[in-house]
Amino acid sequence: MSLLIASKIQNNPKYLELVHRRNTLGWSLSAIVCVLYFGFTLMIAYTPDILTAPIAAGSVIPQGMLIGVGIILASCVLTGIYVFLANKTFDPIIEEIVREASK
Amino acid sequence: MRIFKTVSCAIPAFVSLCFSTLSHAADVAVTAAAPAATAVPAVPAVPPLNWHAIIMFLIFVGITLVITYWAATHTKTASDFYAAGRGVTGLQNGMAIAGDYMSAASFLGIAALVYFNGFYGLIFSVGWLVGWPIILFLVAERLRNLGKYTYADVVSFRLQQGPIRIMAAISSLIVVIWYLIGQAVGAGQLLHTLVPQMSYRMSIVIVGALIILYVTLGGMKATTWVQIIKAGLLLGGATCMAFGVMAHEGFSFAKLFSDAVALHPKGIKIMQSVVPIGAKANPLESISLGLTLMFGTAGLPHILMRFFTVTNSKAARKSVLYGTCFIGFFYILTFIIGFGAIVLVAHNPEYVVDVAKNVLNLKGGSSMPAIYLSHAIGGNFFLGFIAAVAFATILAVVSGLTLAGASALSHDIYASVIMKGKADEKKEVWVSKMCVIGLGILAVLLGILFEKQNVAYIVALTFSIAACTNFPILVLSVFWKGLTTRGAVLGGYTGIFGSIGLLIIGPTVWTKVLGMGPAIFPYDFPTFVVLPIVLIVAYIASVTDGSESAKKERAAFDAQMIRAETGLGAEMAAEH
Repeated sequence: MSLLIASKIQNNPKYLELVHRRNTLGWSLSAIVCVLYFGFTLMIAYTPDILTAPIAAGSVIPQGMLIGVGIILASCVLTGIYVFLANKTFDPIIEEIVREASK
Repeated sequence: MRIFKTVSCAIPAFVSLCFSTLSHAADVAVTAAAPAATAVPAVPAVPPLNWHAIIMFLIFVGITLVITYWAATHTKTASDFYAAGRGVTGLQNGMAIAGDYMSAASFLGIAALVYFNGFYGLIFSVGWLVGWPIILFLVAERLRNLGKYTYADVVSFRLQQGPIRIMAAISSLIVVIWYLIGQAVGAGQLLHTLVPQMSYRMSIVIVGALIILYVTLGGMKATTWVQIIKAGLLLGGATCMAFGVMAHEGFSFAKLFSDAVALHPKGIKIMQSVVPIGAKANPLESISLGLTLMFGTAGLPHILMRFFTVTNSKAARKSVLYGTCFIGFFYILTFIIGFGAIVLVAHNPEYVVDVAKNVLNLKGGSSMPAIYLSHAIGGNFFLGFIAAVAFATILAVVSGLTLAGASALSHDIYASVIMKGKADEKKEVWVSKMCVIGLGILAVLLGILFEKQNVAYIVALTFSIAACTNFPILVLSVFWKGLTTRGAVLGGYTGIFGSIGLLIIGPTVWTKVLGMGPAIFPYDFPTFVVLPIVLIVAYIASVTDGSESAKKERAAFDAQMIRAETGLGAEMAAEH
């Protein structure tokens, strides 16, 4: 990559927008996963009673089981959201940036 | 043609090796068992050969050797050997990622954790899955755009090649070797239990011989396709098992769980314990386990290497989505399988050593619940299928690990450090193949040495090192302009030696392996201590670095970021 192309890209507002949007999306979704998972982990560590309480009187299924399976499903859904948004919004911007820089 | 000859010689050679060992071992076992059987009638006779498992296993080996032959004829360049010519699609890589991750340790290990501890097993599954979204959101695309063959390519992109690659290779090799031990032990136990006529050692030797064949001849192409086929078989097999369990329980989760509680000797405790049953609850340990599982996933060298095999960053992104969904689905299946084993396997004298003493204690060791469940559901035929799949799993994962370890040695150490980037490509691939052979032999020897260890915990230990070294250094190098060589190297070694040191003086090694009494460091997982220290060390060592080279490294960050974000200048897929 030549310095000329590099400086063209760096001064392209679309590039700055791409970086900003991808970082915002990536770190926000990471934060959601961390909150969900470390919330679960902190419950394991400090309030296991909530996790081990049955979901309904007479049932043996603990609430933690639903929460755990819920986090697995949420992980799949959140990766799906990222891929959907990235395919739809980031790829066209990247193409434009690369095309404009090589002009 | 030379390769074809090698493969065509290897197939009959392997088959005859397999059978000569079996028949010899069978003779020995029969003669040894005969007097015992007459003297003590209670001792069960040696079971007949498990032909279903052996035939299905041989079919799998046959197919994979054909693939290896095909891959060998298409593997010409270093990019073919290390990265499958970068021609892998998103879906294929998603399957291969899932294949790398759904190891025998997760399949047999999580099912066994659930079988012995109930709900607690789910905590591992959740922790093992949540690393995937993080990989996607933060590193997958950037890894593809910046790297060539190993994750050290990414970290050393703007930093000094030598020190960074040596550090990265050391941590990769330690992770790979620990992981290999877990896989080899699993393979030995499994084959020996299924085919008692074959010894534990012989089983491991066969695994070693096969993976050396796959990887040296077919490189990443063969490894990826072996992984894809095995992932398909494993997902299919596990789905059938879970379906069988649910059919037995009238498709009611409520009935499955209440039956399990009624039949498990620990009763309702299997639903109410967030630590292994009998262990004392320890908040810090739980948090540390969580950190280890989550960030360890994102630091495994054989997983990170997969992102260099896809065509572009878009395929890298999609592959994580597919991979996460396959793995998530698989973990829910293993959870059902574990509970199904409590219902269908425990108490059954066919599987349990002594029903009068302990209804959970299975013949063949603690990894067996899933295997016996397949027998309870579908008889010898299904047992044979699942056993062959489990064995295929070990072969595929060991192949991926061996290739990742060999790449660290040949690409990072030989080509980049010793030859200073001027290595001849053919020579580099040759060195890599020699390293594959060396690592294969090492895996066999270590597998024999570690026979009696619990497989699931060995995998957890490797995650500590990955979580404390590879993951933080990778993320810092990609996102933080201020990181310098000094920061990355000091941080990296802190991670490596900090985790190993604390693991050695921790309960797993100090108390259980070395038998030195109460552990000096009372936690199994050192991540909650080591990870923050690594970040602090990397930060302080970087910001206090006023050297000229550090200034250049910071200045080079912008160009690195352009490539990471846009893929401009990234390694292209090979034309075929």
